[in-house]
Amino acid sequence: MADHNNETHGYYTGDMHNQFVPEHYDPKNRGVIWRTFWILLVITIGEVAIAFTSLSKELLEVIFITLTVVKAYFIVAFFMHLKHEKMSLAYSILLPFVLIIYLIAMSLTEANYLNLWDNMFK
Amino acid sequence: MAAEATLAHENSSSNPWGGGKSPFGISWGKMMMWFFLVSDAFTFSSLIIAYGAFRHRLTHIWPTANDVFTHFPFVHGHLPLAYVGLMTFILIMSSVTMVLAVDAGHRRDNKSVAVWMGLTIIGGFMFLGSQAWEWYNFISGTPDGALKMPTGEIYRFPENAPSLHAKGIHAPDWALISPDHKVIEDKAEIARIKAVAQPIHGANLVDNEYGHPLFADFFFFITGFHGFHVFSGVVINIIIFFNVLSGVYSRRGHYEQIEKTGLYWHFVDLVWVFVFTFFYLV
Repeated sequence: MADHNNETHGYYTGDMHNQFVPEHYDPKNRGVIWRTFWILLVITIGEVAIAFTSLSKELLEVIFITLTVVKAYFIVAFFMHLKHEKMSLAYSILLPFVLIIYLIAMSLTEANYLNLWDNMFK
Repeated sequence: MAAEATLAHENSSSNPWGGGKSPFGISWGKMMMWFFLVSDAFTFSSLIIAYGAFRHRLTHIWPTANDVFTHFPFVHGHLPLAYVGLMTFILIMSSVTMVLAVDAGHRRDNKSVAVWMGLTIIGGFMFLGSQAWEWYNFISGTPDGALKMPTGEIYRFPENAPSLHAKGIHAPDWALISPDHKVIEDKAEIARIKAVAQPIHGANLVDNEYGHPLFADFFFFITGFHGFHVFSGVVINIIIFFNVLSGVYSRRGHYEQIEKTGLYWHFVDLVWVFVFTFFYLV
């Protein structure tokens, strides 16, 4: 019951807003930080390395975009600590990005069609 | 009954959220930082999607990043991805020092917070300096530049197209590279192009010697917008750094301010991860 723990360990700020600030200090935090750093570094070096291999352009695109999402996950989950926030907060932050996926699909479909159209009369 | 009412009143007055505790288990300051970052992420997403849409539309004539960003300080030769890889490392490293500052804040260790914040600021300046150098090289361009037709097409010289060489395509020195990355060896056609084309050098918002001008426009706008975010982050970090030094947060009893500025700083790192992929890798 991590949430319960967070609520009982904390303090009120005591200023004009007097907000409750939950405490979640864990001595293992620094280990997690450095582990995240090494994961991000290894993925980035790996990306630069495979950019010079003879893999097909399409396969490289899929690999790069997948690794980018993996890196984004590690930054948001561990550096920005979202993994340890309440699920309600995580969902209200992440769910709006469904619209971004829709915008990507819509824009690229249109762009590919215009590309076809541009080259049709050449 | 009366006791319950008093309790409810005390709870609501002890917290601006009114329910006695915040619904998300965080302070509203942190929550608003999160929602600001969501809106900022939408702005960056829109910019990068616009870039992607034009790139898909103009896919056959889009410049190859490995022909554009090939410089490394004090090193001659074509080194694509090396410099931007270093910039990515600098930003990830400064994200690590930021999160270590947050961690030190949880331990109420004022001196460590100051040290890690200081290192984060140095990392931010290193990144901004690197970006300035990258822009300088992109704006000044190659020694020979490229040829621009009156209709706008860009014909490049083979020495400025190392990515073709990497693909095993060898173009003679006197050849030209067409906008769609093909080698033109027909001497009559080259003479026809050279008769009407104007030489251009480097990249700006109108001309781009590496290919389509939209590539330069998007590059300047998106990396510029990101760079401005980094700059704002550095300014905010400096203010927080001096607050730490003067003991504002040790007097306040908590270091939540470090967490809020940390969220912003990690977001800047997060955006760069996407810029790195879509401008340099893919």
